[in-house]
Amino acid sequence: MIPTKFAYRRAASIDEAIRLLQESGGEAKLLAGGHSLIPLMKLRLSEPALLIDIGRIPDLRGIRERDGLIEIGATTTHHELATSELLRRLAPVVSEAAAEIGDPQVRHRGTIGGSLAHADPAADLPAVMVAIDAEIHLKGPNGWRTVPAESFFQDLFTVDMQPDEVLAAVKFRPVWHAAYAKLHQRASHYAIVGVCAALAIENGTIRSARVAVTGASTHAQRLPNVEERLVGRQPTQAVIDEAASVAGDTLEDVNSDIHASEEYRRAMVKVFTRRALERAVARA
Amino acid sequence: MSDLVPISITVNGRRYELEVEPRLLLVHLLREKLLLTGTHVGCDTSQCGACTVLLDGRSAKSCTVFAVQADGSEVVTIEGLERDGQLHPVQEGFWEEHGLQCGYCTPGMIVSVVDLLNENPNPTEAEIRAGISGNFCRCTGYQHIVKAAQYAAARMRGVSS
Ligand SMILES: Cc1cc2nc3c(=O)[nH]c(=O)nc-3n(C[C@H](O)[C@H](O)[C@H](O)COP(=O)(O)OP(=O)(O)OC[C@H]3O[C@@H](n4cnc5c(N)ncnc54)[C@H](O)[C@@H]3O)c2cc1C
Ligand code: FES
Ligand code: FES
Repeated sequence: MIPTKFAYRRAASIDEAIRLLQESGGEAKLLAGGHSLIPLMKLRLSEPALLIDIGRIPDLRGIRERDGLIEIGATTTHHELATSELLRRLAPVVSEAAAEIGDPQVRHRGTIGGSLAHADPAADLPAVMVAIDAEIHLKGPNGWRTVPAESFFQDLFTVDMQPDEVLAAVKFRPVWHAAYAKLHQRASHYAIVGVCAALAIENGTIRSARVAVTGASTHAQRLPNVEERLVGRQPTQAVIDEAASVAGDTLEDVNSDIHASEEYRRAMVKVFTRRALERAVARA
Repeated sequence: MSDLVPISITVNGRRYELEVEPRLLLVHLLREKLLLTGTHVGCDTSQCGACTVLLDGRSAKSCTVFAVQADGSEVVTIEGLERDGQLHPVQEGFWEEHGLQCGYCTPGMIVSVVDLLNENPNPTEAEIRAGISGNFCRCTGYQHIVKAAQYAAARMRGVSS
């Protein structure tokens, strides 16, 4: 399968990418790892006139700790996340979730920025970013803008980002009491249901809880009724079971497709919420 | 608008200077321009791994990379694994342990096992299965592929099996 013709430019900096996006008048697309975009272009579901390759912009790549925050550049690959010593030490849930994306070949090419910008309803990292309360850092013609992950993901393949903006980085605080549990589609490994739980546990009490789901609905989102049943309580099995028992009850537009019916997905949201909570607590 | 983009790419140790259409996929560059037909196209939808090559040392599905993205990069295909007529230990493993039947998946499968063993010289069976999870085989049931990988791992660590 051959994509339609397009022109190709390799951007040397974030600003050059923004300028090329502006000049194209909406006809261009950014190319990062290409592992969502190229399959779409081969099917001619996407036919950009210009591809702007951001894969070699030095500022966009790498994992750093700065001022108590962990910062991940947009073109950092899933493989780099999965094998990062820094993440394993300060935010192991990010590494673990990245290690479950697709297969080795996909992880060598696919990037965190591409995954978040694309916002596939079955992608893993959006749920993790929402649960750990990450900030998404965007740069456009008017400078920088920061969006909390929670409000970045808006709908099916729809995020709070303008056509001439570049997703440059994500930032978040270290997080230990967090886990991601996923039911994967056997061939692609995309999430049929994925749940990320991030807890703060102090003196045997859950001080805060953020639980986010992907795969089940149009976009990654929190499960507020689960969180309510956790905060202020002790992380016992009974509390986990009770919280997980209402998981997904607030979800609308639950997906139903060849991989899983709505009924099955709703059941699995509860199971994988329980598993994510159990693992997050076991870690704490 | 000139459609062609100049690229320079090293394949199996040999450097090529080429002009390519941006939409040319790496797998088509390898097969149709360089006539290295060992790399196969199976699904053409990024799923099966038959097109797997090493791109700057890491396994990648060459049906999901534009040749222009590989400008300045080093590619190793199945043809580049043997040394002076000696099979690579992973190729030898597939031979000795009967790691193939029709052979369609084999070039990509072997490259994935090479990538795995480069990173993890002593993998468990579960790690081998995870390492080839991006490669589909419709014939073998994978059992002999796992054995081939174990054979190669032992050979590469200098353990005789
Ligand atoms: C076989 C297969 C299995 C997969 N399995 C999984 C899985 O289990 N879980 C999972 O989560 N994902 C999975 N994926 C998707 C994979 O993670 C993709 O790599 C990812 O979704 C997109 O990242 P990319 O860098 O390849 O982006 P690209 O394909 O290059 O880009 C995707 C979109 O995002 C835009 N974009 C990219 N980067 C930026 C940026 N920095 N700023 C603004 N816009 C940007 C592009 O313009 C494009 O529209 C799979 C993919 C394949 C092919
Ligand atoms: S042909 Fe590339 S993954 Fe199947
Ligand atoms: S040997 Fe036939 S597909 Fe693997």
